[in-house]
Amino acid sequence: MFARLKFTVAALALTAGAAAAQQTDITIGMQLEPPNLDPTGGAAAAIDEVVYANLFEGLTRYTSDGSIAPALAESWDISEDGTEYTFHLRDGVTFHDGSTMDAEDVKFSLDRARAEDSTNAQKALFAGIENVEVVDPLTVKVTLSGPNSAFPTNMAWGDAVIVAPESIDSAATAPVGTGPFMFSNWVQGDRVELTAYDGYWGEKPALTTATFKFISDPTAAFAAMMAGDIDAFPGYPAPETLVQFEADPRFKLLIGSTEGETILGMNNKSEALSDPKVRAAIAHAINRQEIIDGAMFGYGTPIGTHFAPHNPDYVDLTGLSDYDPEKSKALLAEAGQEGLTLSLKLPPPSYARRGGEIIAAQLRAVGIETQIENLEWAQWLEQVFKGKDFDLTIVSHTEPMDINIYARPDYYFQYGKPEFIELMDALNLATDAAERSEILKNAQTMIAEDYVNGYLFQLARTGVANANIEGLWENSPTQANDLTGVSWSQ
Amino acid sequence: MRVPAGFLIGAALSALFLLMAMVSFIWTPHDVTVLAVAERMKVPGDGYLLGTDHLGRDILSMLMVGARTSIGVALVAAGIGLAVGVPLGLFAAARRGGWVDEIIMRGNDLVFAFPPLVMAILIAAVFGPSALNAMLAIGVFNIPVFARVARAGAISLWTLDFIMAARVAGKGAARISAEHIFPNIGNLLIVQATIQFSVGIVSEAALSYFGLGAQPPVPSWGRMLADSQTMIGLAPHMALIPGLAIVLMVLGLNLMGDGLRDMLDPRMRRTA
Repeated sequence: MFARLKFTVAALALTAGAAAAQQTDITIGMQLEPPNLDPTGGAAAAIDEVVYANLFEGLTRYTSDGSIAPALAESWDISEDGTEYTFHLRDGVTFHDGSTMDAEDVKFSLDRARAEDSTNAQKALFAGIENVEVVDPLTVKVTLSGPNSAFPTNMAWGDAVIVAPESIDSAATAPVGTGPFMFSNWVQGDRVELTAYDGYWGEKPALTTATFKFISDPTAAFAAMMAGDIDAFPGYPAPETLVQFEADPRFKLLIGSTEGETILGMNNKSEALSDPKVRAAIAHAINRQEIIDGAMFGYGTPIGTHFAPHNPDYVDLTGLSDYDPEKSKALLAEAGQEGLTLSLKLPPPSYARRGGEIIAAQLRAVGIETQIENLEWAQWLEQVFKGKDFDLTIVSHTEPMDINIYARPDYYFQYGKPEFIELMDALNLATDAAERSEILKNAQTMIAEDYVNGYLFQLARTGVANANIEGLWENSPTQANDLTGVSWSQ
Repeated sequence: MRVPAGFLIGAALSALFLLMAMVSFIWTPHDVTVLAVAERMKVPGDGYLLGTDHLGRDILSMLMVGARTSIGVALVAAGIGLAVGVPLGLFAAARRGGWVDEIIMRGNDLVFAFPPLVMAILIAAVFGPSALNAMLAIGVFNIPVFARVARAGAISLWTLDFIMAARVAGKGAARISAEHIFPNIGNLLIVQATIQFSVGIVSEAALSYFGLGAQPPVPSWGRMLADSQTMIGLAPHMALIPGLAIVLMVLGLNLMGDGLRDMLDPRMRRTA
């Protein structure tokens, strides 16, 4: 009797489970926890990886293939001389606190970002703005100091999202945006939870709740993924375990490209490395394929300059710094730098730690000794990025279109050649697509010929997800985990 | 005198690793500084006795050179403890009950109060991670251990008749400590040194696991473990072999320490 009762209950439970609606919650794994949740006030990529397109939106937005699409601005007109952009805003957009988003909010957001005391991490995006004018509640006119064809792209960055003056003070811990998801909870050190916003202006997402869980340790990430605690890990930190996920039908791999140019950063002002011959010698000593295979288990595309290979303006300059240890030794002899010892300071990611050991061995083969020092991110920022106390380092520059960092003389590798700065100034003024492409190609060639840094590989986006999840981005044209198109197939 | 079996096993294991470390100075099967990515993650056998790691280095060669690092760090650390801790302990015992004794022993307690790993991380953060700093960090924590052992052993001796005789003969406290006390606590110190040596091996492995010990490309057992962690499903031998090496080395030293204590302690000998 009892046995039968039990059976019935079990059968009921089974049918109930099968009849239940599709899963509408998702747990996304991330390696780094954001320090705050205000993309307009912090540089950390992790902020955008939580809030971009989910919680906050800008006038325009990046799509999964890297193109720019309208977001809060339905359309825009450009004046004849290319200096005036008139954005027509979408009607009926509300913030998560219920207030309407209008031209005043856009003016506030842009003026705040470009203000003298702004803490925006990408102030250069707004540098060309001369004036922001509210024409009517749904029209904003932005006047630039000169034509800048990249302006709509600039407005798509996570740093350029539209915020409201009423809620901006609490944005760091309780952000209020216009996106399809609103903030619900942040358990520091563990997770951020978002829930769907009923009043969203656009198509409602299939998911109702989303949890971003922070797991920094690659081993723990592997375990959490295998155990099913995490549904998707788009920036999965242990490429060596991907073969195991590939063989498992429960999972699928999301392999794509990122904007991460992984470079062997060289201190162009340090004693030995100020000589271009020594830098060229190092570049020729590097065997890129060995690094990609050894450190990234084959995931990555070799690059010869600081530019993403999937960009149409990319020039393949890997030939300029091909693997040639003999040439490298000859160059070192020419420069009178035999028996050189250099410091190699490595941040935590595995591309840097494992890649560093491989590069050290490759440099040793041409007679350059390295002193490896493994640093935590905070120490790396302090010593290398700010203090410039290093000879060599390995880091991936994940911002899109960031070749302009070479124009900053005080940037950590300290290049800032006047001719290069001129090129970047010309780029900002160029509106013609062909002209821009030409300048970008010249810029890529200039830094490659000067051997500013050792150009290693384009970081691959190595993600793992539950096989039933659809709609996650494979490529990473900007730092984001866009959940608007994500759904469970069963 | 009967030699305990445990001591023999322990001594043999310790000698094996010591031999590996010594041989690595003149010969290793492969060069550990040369990477061969194409040869990576080979299983034991197949041209490499213990296989290769994720960068194609021979694991046996890395174990041998790593043994050198481990033994070196643990030996120096135990040496620091002995050289500083024993005189402190003897001095405290000579002034037992006095304020000198009090200061030394409370100082010891102070060092004991800090978790060794936290202090090691602090030292590494201030001076930068290196094998030398790992030696220092572990060595500092050996000091109070030896000071306590020396003091405890010495205090019980101070009450004995032959010490009294030495005092009557006009010898000062320092001379008595050096000539009569120290030789008589030698047994205790040798046993403790063996134990601290094995603690040192584990501590060095822990520190280099966290990246605070010897820096690459110098191989160390702890870092071999850390490196292989995410690859345990792909190439389990990469984690098992260095793990086993640490276990066997520490087991060997502990067995040897226990055996030594049994052999050197007269009371234990009588009851055995």
